[in-house]
Amino acid sequence: MKFAIVVFPGSNCDADCLHIARDLLGCEADYVWHKETDLKGTDAVILPGGFAYGDYLRAGALARFSPVMDAVADFAKGGGPVLGICNGFQVLLEAGLLPGAVRPNKTLRYICRDIFMRVENTDTAFTRLYEPGQIVKMPIGHGEGNYTAPPETMEDLRRERRVAFRYCDEQGRVNDAGNPNGAAENIAGIANREGNVVGLMPHPDRCSEGLLGNDVGRKMFESVVMALAVTGRR
Amino acid sequence: MKVEIRVYPRHDVLDPQGKAIAAALARLGHRSVVDVRAGKVFFVEVDGSDAAAIERDAKRMAEELLANTVIEGYDVRVVA
Repeated sequence: MKFAIVVFPGSNCDADCLHIARDLLGCEADYVWHKETDLKGTDAVILPGGFAYGDYLRAGALARFSPVMDAVADFAKGGGPVLGICNGFQVLLEAGLLPGAVRPNKTLRYICRDIFMRVENTDTAFTRLYEPGQIVKMPIGHGEGNYTAPPETMEDLRRERRVAFRYCDEQGRVNDAGNPNGAAENIAGIANREGNVVGLMPHPDRCSEGLLGNDVGRKMFESVVMALAVTGRR
Repeated sequence: MKVEIRVYPRHDVLDPQGKAIAAALARLGHRSVVDVRAGKVFFVEVDGSDAAAIERDAKRMAEELLANTVIEGYDVRVVA
């Protein structure tokens, strides 16, 4: 089981992801520089958080044109598991690997704090170890996480149960009080139709070991390890 | 030749930045302000003299990169 952590100029959560894959899960893991065109037989790809290309133009807009993104798109289309965290999610949106877009937070402020979210779909490569409806606490750190999509896309997401996580309050109620950034229908993370590509604004990489006071995010990484164990190596 | 490409939030998409600017203008006493939408302008210099071809190119630039058409609209003006 081998993870590839894509590194763009401005990525800053890449080391956390590598640490989780290698030191906590005991998997192989390597950085893949954004100029590379080959994922070298990886089993899962992570697009980490940060500020790729300084978020110039729009978050993720320029990273999408990095050479490695063609390989990531091919990998995703072939069913390979791809997780985009925060800025990585924004890159997946800009690249069209997930639908919709993010606007600046409704508060117009960068928000860095814990939020609660409800697990809406455990049928994706990165969520299968959660309980359906489980309420998880995860940190967010973003200025542009206010998810939106055209009405027909929102309808597709609902009908195909592609919303992976919704922001909620501590009791699990999906409401405005639990929505930190104004995201449409409290969407914190979504999946593609096949469930192999998942993106979310919160940071599972920042809550994956007890030392940090919270290890609920680790299940996202363990989910894909288990998924690959079940389906066999690619 | 020069071409200007304006990119702005689509009218059916909430523009938090424009809302905040509108509120700030109102606080400064500009009571006539009803709504503000905040966008960007790209001043692009290009080789060539065929205004129609430049306009077509500029539209492609907007579609491919400058605008995220999920949330943004754009228009293009060849200036000289």
